Amino acid sequence: MLSIKNLTAKIGDKQILNGINLEVKPGEVHAIMGPNGSGKSTLASVLAGREEYEVMAGEVDFLGKDLLALAPEDRAREGLFLAFQYPVEIPGVSTINFMKTALNQILEHRGQQPLDAVSFLKLMKEKMKLVEIDQSLLNRSLNEGFSGGEKKRNEIFQMAMLEPKLAILDETDSGLDIDALKIVANGVNKLRNKSNAVVVVTHYQRLLDYIVPDYVHVLYKGKIVKSGTKDLALELEAKGYDWIKDEVAIA
Amino acid sequence: MSKDNQVLEELTSKEYEHGWTIDIETDSAPKGLNESIIRFISTKKNEPEWLLEWRLSAFRQWTKMKEPKWPNVTYPPIDYQDLIYYSAPKQKAKAKNLEDVDPELIKTFEKLGISLTEQKRLTGIAVDAVIDSVSVATTYKETLAELGIIFCSFSEAVQEHPELVKKYMGSVVPVNDNYFAALNSAVFTDGSFCYIPKGVRCPMELSTYFRINAANTGQFERTLIVADEGAYVSYLEGCTAPMRDENQLHAAVVEIYAMKDAQVKYSTVQNWYPGDKNGKGGIYNFVTKRGLCFGDSSKISWTQVETGSAITWKYPSCILKGDNSMGEFYSVAVTNNYQQADTGTKMIHIGKNTKSRIVSKGISAGHSQNSYRGQVHIMKRAENARNFSQCDSLLMGDKCGAHTFPYIDVENNTARIEHEATTSKIGEDQIFYCLQRGIDEESAVALIVNGYAKEVLNQLPMEFAVEAQKLLALTLEGSVG
Repeated sequence: MLSIKNLTAKIGDKQILNGINLEVKPGEVHAIMGPNGSGKSTLASVLAGREEYEVMAGEVDFLGKDLLALAPEDRAREGLFLAFQYPVEIPGVSTINFMKTALNQILEHRGQQPLDAVSFLKLMKEKMKLVEIDQSLLNRSLNEGFSGGEKKRNEIFQMAMLEPKLAILDETDSGLDIDALKIVANGVNKLRNKSNAVVVVTHYQRLLDYIVPDYVHVLYKGKIVKSGTKDLALELEAKGYDWIKDEVAIA
Repeated sequence: MSKDNQVLEELTSKEYEHGWTIDIETDSAPKGLNESIIRFISTKKNEPEWLLEWRLSAFRQWTKMKEPKWPNVTYPPIDYQDLIYYSAPKQKAKAKNLEDVDPELIKTFEKLGISLTEQKRLTGIAVDAVIDSVSVATTYKETLAELGIIFCSFSEAVQEHPELVKKYMGSVVPVNDNYFAALNSAVFTDGSFCYIPKGVRCPMELSTYFRINAANTGQFERTLIVADEGAYVSYLEGCTAPMRDENQLHAAVVEIYAMKDAQVKYSTVQNWYPGDKNGKGGIYNFVTKRGLCFGDSSKISWTQVETGSAITWKYPSCILKGDNSMGEFYSVAVTNNYQQADTGTKMIHIGKNTKSRIVSKGISAGHSQNSYRGQVHIMKRAENARNFSQCDSLLMGDKCGAHTFPYIDVENNTARIEHEATTSKIGEDQIFYCLQRGIDEESAVALIVNGYAKEVLNQLPMEFAVEAQKLLALTLEGSVG
């Protein structure tokens, strides 16, 4: 589904990704962990197509397409979803209106008819239930005055609505208490199936108690320096990141 | 960033949709302005003596007045002798019914999406169509007449209801109120007139559509709306003009007179030609709009969506004379390329317990300059007056300007006044968030801008709100740099 080869990227003069290699197959959950400043969020941003980052080398294949050649909106329409670490506020635009615009543009891209009001509402109710979100929140201006938990839950609701092939969750656990974390993780788990994949970007292991990864990768200084199973995450939790840094230094 | 520039380039080069002209024979006055031109206009319109005198007096006062220099706009001096002050599409006589209207004219309005023919009339909206200096057709007149509502062209009102015109014309905007109002009073050619009798709630939206067609012609129309005790009316105004390289002058006057318990809602979607992307051409829009809440508990509400014109100079105002009367002003003013807008409102509180509310949303893009200028004046007698003002500015790109000039005068210490102001920029983060959900950049800007202007757009009648949303998007598409 997603095949990243030797991805190198910079922002301004600062090189942040130094040759990333990663393979993600349908049905898999990958966790990307690493100390602060290791390039986790940059990887998420580069994949989503943020303009500030300049790709210097490497290839990314997404469902048979050259991802890096696609405009950000086309990446989204092809099925790539990014749950933002800091979702932005858009005053005067409700989540409902926002999702309607997004969904219809995605459908149009796929050559499908836009949803009429009734079908949209039906779909929305269904997804609201799935991620346990209240309609009153969806009627409000997008993310304006939302608590941290509400913002993250709203991101997962959007993910449910757009049914992406690949979802990247960027530090979705940051700023969440344990109850909110469970609800968000629960939502993600319900959305998992054999044909989609999730990449969880996180600093801490605790989210991975609820969204159980098939693979864990450790990112350090813009490179994946270690890969393993979920046990690796537990080891990181127990020992911190220093031993990884030491290993890299020795190598 | 180069991609943004490219989008900007593509979209700002998008042509003004209503820029075409029609080829119709016109009957015009020679260029220039003097007493004999005014007599010519008055004769053409077969006006009574008192109206000619009124015009001449306005003209004499105008010659002694000076063009205002205080607005935050710049333009080369206007040569008032180089303009044509009367231009009318040639018609045998004012059409008695729509079948007699020149098919070319009907086609003109159809092209603008306004149907004057019986079969295709806009349901629920009565339209007075004004082209250049004269009204060409008014729809639904008979239906309205059954309720005692008078809705017709200004010229017709002068002939058919001279007592009403004489009584109310100039009662809200005096002849010598300002330079452009005086000019209008001297040379106005047509416009709309509306009278809603006591206790009548007008069952449909009344609408005037203005179109400038002829070259080198100024458009000077007057609208007068009188709402008798307990009456209600919602009034819409729309306008477009051809694309011409030279600037054209539009100086209108709108007067609203509301008696006890009357309510008038006046909505404008202003889409005069704004000039090209280099600032060439476009309409100079110098308009005086004012409502008088004469009776107790009356209410006047202005809603405007200003997207057109090279220069806008316009302050729809309310004089709150009656006790418990209320004035509202909701505005979205958009400027792009080299447009300049100096717009806002005046709320003059005279009566007790008077209330006013101002919501102004400015949006500047390109090299444009957008100013809000507003006055809230609480007079001595206005016990317990209240005002709330909110002035927001949204900037797109880094070459435009947004300015706010609020004036507050309070002569009664029981007044309560609130003023809020914000300035923001459309963030790249907001755009990227939309892109990441599959929404393209144009739609993203439209979404964000419409969200920003929502409070004002919500005030518009449904049919207009949809148009206004599209217009906002069209004016601003790709302006994020």
